Formats: sequence, structure tokens, C-alpha cells
Amino acid sequence: MRKISTVKELTEIKQAFTDKRQNSQNIRVIVGMGTCGISAGATPVWETIRDAAEKAGMDNVSVLPAGCIGMCTYEPIVEVKEPGKQTVTYIHVDAKKAAEIFEKHIKGGNPIPEYTIGGSMSGLEDIDFYKKQKRVALRNCGVVNPEDITEYIYKDGYFGLAKVLLEMTPAEVIDLVKASGLRGRGGAGFSTGMKWSFAAPNQADQKYIICNADEGDPGAFMDRAVLEGDPHAVLEAMAIGGYAIGATKGFIYVRAEYPVAVQRLNIAIAQAKELGLLGEKLLGTDFNFDIEIRLGAGAFVCGEETALIASIEGYRGMSRNKPPFPANKGLWGKPTCINNVETLANVAQIILNGAEWFKGFGTEKSPGTKVFALGGKINNTGLVEVPMGTTLREVIYDIGGGCPGGKKFKAVQTGGPSGGCITTENLDTPIDFDNLVAIGSMMGSGGMIVMDEDNCMIDIARFFLDFTVDESCGKCTPCREGTKRMHEILDRITSGEGSEEDLTTLKDLAENIKSTSLCGLGQTAPNPVLSTMNHFEDEYIAHVKDKKCPAGVCKSLINYEISMKCRGCTLCSRSCPAQAISGKVKEQHTIDQSTCLKCGICMNVCKFDAIIKK
Amino acid sequence: MSNQCNCGGIIKENDPRFAELKGFIDSLVGTKGKTMPVLQEAQKIFGFLPIEVQKFIANELEIPLSEVYGVSTFYSQFNLEPKGIHKISVCLGTACYVKGSQAVLDKLADELEVEVGETTADGVFTLEATRCLGCCGLAPVMMIDDEVYGKLEDISVIPEIIEKYYNQRLPK
Ligand SMILES: Cc1cc2nc3c(=O)[nH]c(=O)nc-3n(C[C@H](O)[C@H](O)[C@H](O)COP(=O)(O)O)c2cc1C
Ligand code: FES
Repeated sequence: MRKISTVKELTEIKQAFTDKRQNSQNIRVIVGMGTCGISAGATPVWETIRDAAEKAGMDNVSVLPAGCIGMCTYEPIVEVKEPGKQTVTYIHVDAKKAAEIFEKHIKGGNPIPEYTIGGSMSGLEDIDFYKKQKRVALRNCGVVNPEDITEYIYKDGYFGLAKVLLEMTPAEVIDLVKASGLRGRGGAGFSTGMKWSFAAPNQADQKYIICNADEGDPGAFMDRAVLEGDPHAVLEAMAIGGYAIGATKGFIYVRAEYPVAVQRLNIAIAQAKELGLLGEKLLGTDFNFDIEIRLGAGAFVCGEETALIASIEGYRGMSRNKPPFPANKGLWGKPTCINNVETLANVAQIILNGAEWFKGFGTEKSPGTKVFALGGKINNTGLVEVPMGTTLREVIYDIGGGCPGGKKFKAVQTGGPSGGCITTENLDTPIDFDNLVAIGSMMGSGGMIVMDEDNCMIDIARFFLDFTVDESCGKCTPCREGTKRMHEILDRITSGEGSEEDLTTLKDLAENIKSTSLCGLGQTAPNPVLSTMNHFEDEYIAHVKDKKCPAGVCKSLINYEISMKCRGCTLCSRSCPAQAISGKVKEQHTIDQSTCLKCGICMNVCKFDAIIKK
Repeated sequence: MSNQCNCGGIIKENDPRFAELKGFIDSLVGTKGKTMPVLQEAQKIFGFLPIEVQKFIANELEIPLSEVYGVSTFYSQFNLEPKGIHKISVCLGTACYVKGSQAVLDKLADELEVEVGETTADGVFTLEATRCLGCCGLAPVMMIDDEVYGKLEDISVIPEIIEKYYNQRLPK
């Protein structure tokens, strides 16, 4: 393909694609092929439809992959778009259904309502899950084919870059981004425009811009969705940022667990280079910009910017002292700007639509939207993008559909291992950077894990500590040793050997680690403990004083017993792996507590609900 | 250098895979910060990173072996020991943990009679815990090789799944 050097040529590509799409009589079948879709079995679905179309000689059917549309609970999702007709969205599709959809609908022209949402033929945009959302960062995810740059251009892709390179000075770009109020979505919420303005004036033979795609919060996948579903948005924004700060080289640091994202990024980079949108003399100007992908290797701390830099340089990913800040002395000692994936996904839109448009969503101090990965005990697991200022209640109940199985909501954790839990009394808080801090949690990168009455909060705190102990880089003592000691105490408490004194020690340790650790990892590691201690003190007391786990999770603190409901069917005693249950046929059985492993199998197999957990 | 090692997988000095690795290293001329990409490629080629391979890399990159070893032991994705034929990874990401993936892991450890991070005596399975596989919608999740098994709330199905892989024994 010829390299593009004017806006006119970019417009021509867009127009040609628009015409093609409008005039086309083709049936487009779109299969959600993000990691989540693929895990749920999208590949055989895609293959089935593709092969069937080929076999039937229907060359007017194109079967296209798309990224994650955010509705994980409905995967695999297939959309059938026939010219001049309403799009039909099929959910929970498997190979067998796919074959049927092909025969009856694609070939036969008769959609199958049973396989659509609620059997009602409603599209994704009709359901509550989408109604409260506003998609800016995710606007193209699940909509465009991420492996085709022309689809991105069709959605105004690279017009932002063109505008910047051909009409704006770097200072104007920075001012615009500053004026939009965009704050970093990677966790700290620092103004992106300010960050760029720190790196811009520094003179150096080389500057760098780095996209932080390490997405370390376990249970969060916003950035993955953007990389897999709309990789060009990240590339375009990096080039814009590069122009603004005077960097000619960019790195994307992607966590190793994201092979699909890496593959899509590689394709996207190659396509952008071919069109002269990356590489040398972008759009015919004198600006050069190249991007290289670097893979992480499974270290959470590498999401922290100085550790990330050490990792790209080829060292152990250990964080460094700040100052010097990366904007002055970053990668290989050169001025470096580090931006998160989702932050970048907003940039081209801001350039094209202006700062005022962006400030039209969200709150005064946190304009725009935020993507959350909603997971845990929630009906609609998935990705949600809402304007800042939406309340937690709206996200959890209106969009997420509440806890499954009629269970009672207990808490929601935001900010992952660095954050805290939020309880019912704060559910009406409008979400933004400052409000979440005020209620003892933080925005973090966007993980939002819902917990119900069956979750033990001390067990959850221990889980996060386990994570930080594992992931501490070991450079500073408070984090390396302190988190271990905290973990030991939590282990003691959950195994029924904790004392009230432990609670005081735990709090002291937490405060000390927070104030003396080198980097953000240690400084925030105690947060999950402090916030659970704050909101669920009674649960801690129950563990250390009464030696009970009210949620029935901590094995050492629960007992299984057989109630009067027992009919003596012997099923439990036959299923017990420890032979701890005895009793005669048709008589109430008993569990020998000294041999019981507390595996819970008896409770699962009992048909009469006779087994109780105490 | 002796061509014997006691790391479990004997890799000889004249193993042709070294040439392949050297080819990759040579292709990186002009690239800065080569250590990680080279270790990643080496692991792809050899399956793990025995000390011979790390020595080779140190030589080629002209950096101390201690530096290579420092990096290979820092990151959890680098394996210094050979792995089983099938890799079982149980997700201990928050979404999965909240939905009970610890029970999945315990069940597997029990069935396979190994600790997390270990390989079974017959070399068939390696059991690992990972953080978020990116399919929280299916929580709790485990992955065997490239196959994802989701919604494992009922752990009694696990032995059957393992059995299937044991019978195949060879990677797909
Ligand atoms: C322990 C730790 C882990 C982090 N992990 C990530 C991460 O996975 N992704 C990310 O974008 N930022 C992460 N950050 C924040 C980065 O250090 C940095 O602030 C961010 O990438 C800057 O981009 P932004 O301004 O666009 O948010 C982490 C910080 C700490 C302290
Ligand atoms: S937490 Fe297990 S797949 Fe995300």
C-alpha cells in the first residue's frame, strides 16, 4: 500500500471503506474473539461458520473477529449483520449452535430468537448492562476488526494524529490535553498533560514514551480489552504523545500473559508502518516515530514505572528512588513519559473533539469516563465504561445486576491489592479519583471485585497480602519483611490461633510499612488489611476471640455437623474421603470432628440439606 | 566446561539449539536491553533455562552470569527446572479467588500429590498458580496447556479432566 502523506489521502481511505460498507450486500458475521471469547470457545464457532460459508459457496458472507465487547457472561457472542436489517446478537454460542445459525439464519434468512439475549432478539445496546455506559476508551472494542487498519481509519482513526502533525505545535497539543483534565488511568490519577509538559522541555538526544500495558491487578482486564480490541488507538496516541514531548521512540511493555494482545499489536504496528503512520516521516512530515514491544515475565512490581524501566533495560524489575523522575531521567537515563493503555485510548478522541467535549462527561476534578473490570460475586461479569461520577450502586446493581443466587452484597474491592473495600453505606458515592480515596479505597486501574456474604474479609485481606509478599521486589525492608510478618499474622488469625494483641501489631505494622516503603507497592500493600479492619472489625474479633469465621470460610474455624434432617441415606458417609462419618442406615449420622477434613463434600452431596456448617 | 550437568535435563555443548539461540541474539544487533528478550526466546527454544543456557547467554551478551541469573530468578515466568508434559495453571486472580479457586488448586494438589509449583514424579503434570488469565467471566478458571476450563465451582469434575490428559500424556 502507498504511504499516506495528506489528510486527503486518509479521508479517501475512509470514504472508500464507507462506500464499500454501504453498498455491500455482504452479510457480516462478527465473532467476539478477545481472550475471554476464545476461552469460552469462540474459535470453533468462528471456524464452523467460516467453513460452512465456504462449503455453501456463499462468498458474500464475511466472518470477522472482533475484540471483547465487555459482556463476558454471554461469551461466545456472535453478531449477524445483514444489509438493511436489524443486527441479531447470539449469545452462549457453541459449534453446534453456530452450525444451526448458519443454516437457518445466514443461509435461510430466519433468525433464531431462542439463542438471543433472553430469547427476545434484543441487541446488546438494548440491555441494562449497556444503557448506563458511555464508551470512549472502549468505543471500538468489539466493534471494529482489530486486525484491519482501514476499519480503524473508518472510525476516524489516525485523524487525530494527522491534525496534530499538520496543524498543531507540540505545545498546543500539551495545552489541549492539559485543558481536557485527563488524568492517568493507571492508578495514580496524575494529569496527563502535566506529565507531558514535564518531559517536553528536557533537552536530550533521545526521549522515550512508554505505554504501560503490564496490567498487574489480578482480576482486571481493561487494558487487555483495549489492546486486543482497538490496538491502533494506543499506537496513534503514542505517536501523538511522542510528537508532544519530542520522543521518536516508543515502547509498549505488555505482560507476558497477554499473547493475543501482543499478536494484535504486532499486526497493527506492521499495518501502520506500511501506510506511513508509524516509522519515518509520518504523514509526510519530518516527524519520525517507531514503536517496539517488550514483554514482561510475570512480575507485578514491573507495573510501577521505575521498575518497568529497569525491566526494559534488562535488569531485575526493582523500583528506583524518585527523584529523579522519569520525565527527567528515565529509560537509559533519558527523559521518558509513561502512560497507561486506557489513558492513551482517550487521547485521540480528545484531540479530535476538544477539551470541552471530554469535560462534558464525568466530574469536575475527574473528567471523562473510567473502565472497570467487574468481577467476583456479580451477575454480569464484564467490562463497563461509565462516566466518572456514576455511583457504585449504579455500577453494581443497575449494570452488574447484583449478587447471584440472591446472596447479600457484602463489599466491593477497588484498586486491587493496593486498594480497599467499600461497604453498603458508601455505595452511593459518585466514583471519581478523590471520592474513592475519601472513603478509604482508591480508583486503582479499574478492578472492581464484588464480594457477598459467603466471603470472609480476613481471608480476602490475607489473599491480597499473599499477593504482595509474592510480588515484593525485595529492595526495601519494610515491604520485603513487613508484608511477610503481616501475612504470618493473618495466617494465624485465619487458622484460629490469633490473639487480640495480633490485631494491634497488625495495625502498627501496616502504618509503618505505608509510611516507609520505597515505592507504591509497599506504600499501598497494607491498604486491604487496614480497610477490612476498619469496616469489619467484628469479623476480626470473631476470629481471634470467639474462634469463629462468620462467613464459614476459614477451615480451622468451622465444623460440619449433621442435623435432625438426616434420613440416614448413607450417601455422605460413602462420599467422605476421610471416613469421618458414621451411622446406621435410616438413622441420623454423625461426623467425627477429629478426623473430619472440612472438605465440604458431605454438604455438597446431601440431598436433604441435613449438613450444617457452624 | 563439562558437558554434564545435574539439572535434570542434560544439554550438551554441541546441542543444535544453541545455534538457533545465537541466530536470535545476532538478529538483535542495535537493540538495547536484550537480556529479557533473549531469555524469553531461550525458554521458548529449550523449554526452560538450565545453567548452561544462561552461561551461553552471558557469554554472548558479554555480561556477567550473575546478572543473567539475577534476571532469570526474578521473574516468575522463567523456569530454571524442566516442566512436565502438561502444565496446569490455576488462576488465583481476585475474581477467581473470590469464587473459590483455592479449592480447585487444593483439589489438584491432592489428586496429583504435588505441591504448587512442582512437577509430578512421572513428569506428566506441573501444577502452577497464576494471576488472572484474563477470563474472569468464567471464574473460577484453570488452564491445562492452552485449554481453558471455566466455572469450576464443582471441583468433583477435576479428576475426570486430569484423567483425560494423563491418557494422552503427550502434548497436543
Ligand atoms: C506496584 C504498582 C503497580 C502498578 N501497576 C500498574 C499497571 O499494571 N499498569 C499501569 O498502567 N500502571 C501501573 N502502576 C502505575 C504506574 O507506576 C504509573 O503511575 C502509570 O503507568 C502512569 O500512567 P498514567 O499516568 O497514564 O496512569 C503501578 C504502580 C505501582 C506502584
Ligand atoms: S481472576 Fe481468574 S481469570 Fe481473571
